[in-house]
Amino acid sequence: MHIAEGFLPSPWWYLWFLVAIPVLLIGLRRMRVIVDRSPEAKVLLALAGAFTFVLSALKMPSVTGSCSHPTGTGLGVVLFGPAVTSVLASIVLLFQAMLLAHGGITTWGANVTSMGIIGPLAGYAVWRLTSSLSTSRRVFLAAAVADLATYVVTSLQLALAFPSGEGGVLRSFEIFAGIFALTQVPLAITGGIVTVAVFRYLLELRRDLLVELGIVSGRGVRT
Amino acid sequence: MRLLFVLLHAVLLAGILPAVVAQEEKWSGADALAEDKIMEITGGEYKPWFSPIWEPPSGEIETFLFSLQAAVGAVVIGYFVGYFRGVREGMRRKGAS
Repeated sequence: MHIAEGFLPSPWWYLWFLVAIPVLLIGLRRMRVIVDRSPEAKVLLALAGAFTFVLSALKMPSVTGSCSHPTGTGLGVVLFGPAVTSVLASIVLLFQAMLLAHGGITTWGANVTSMGIIGPLAGYAVWRLTSSLSTSRRVFLAAAVADLATYVVTSLQLALAFPSGEGGVLRSFEIFAGIFALTQVPLAITGGIVTVAVFRYLLELRRDLLVELGIVSGRGVRT
Repeated sequence: MRLLFVLLHAVLLAGILPAVVAQEEKWSGADALAEDKIMEITGGEYKPWFSPIWEPPSGEIETFLFSLQAAVGAVVIGYFVGYFRGVREGMRRKGAS
């Protein structure tokens, strides 16, 4: 669930655009390198994008009595890192803003920053820092963290734009995190499990390709 | 792998169970709840300064478009996973002959 159209006042809406656009440019450049490298890497890229498409279309009920959807950026994070993932997320967010009135054009910068940049960055940090764990656990943690961090950032973005009269930004953050982040906890776990399932299947089919791209190491990998 | 199989079923269940158990909830989107909170914080003064260029005319059409989004993604995943399988199968046969 993203920040709705028109719900970020100036200057916030364009500040987030300023954050998002340079990262998107880096992501596009990295993407070109990947595409030039091998046709099979291109296939993985399509898979990561499609995965985000599917998961962010599934609005599910959660413990808070409201609905939200996972972000599905975890696969892109693990396969290609945050910069490329930001491009994948930005496409999904544009589609949803144009055709579904979900999120928005004016809030696109903010939503790309949360779902495409900072969430994936957090997930990627977890992926890199947990190299002593099994691959499945690392994928799960990276995907779940990327998902949850997305909505922590969304809450923060709204809190900054709408500080509460009493208690300011911190109180507002509490309010918005109570909605977004809390709802997201079970969905982040769900998304993480599904990401592991897809990743393991890829590993089973084409370990050689994942090794070639430097995603997993060649020998003695524990799944 | 068996653990994963169990977990995937748990995921399916977790997707449906809350709505079955707690039927009195409204199950609206978290984004709509956030909009309400923004109104509360600003004392109802905040007016969204831009509205969606196009909105699905009904809930049915919105659901259709969300389903389409998921379906398109699933087709792409299925196609390429099948492609990878085919490549592996081809390599195996080549090795056998």
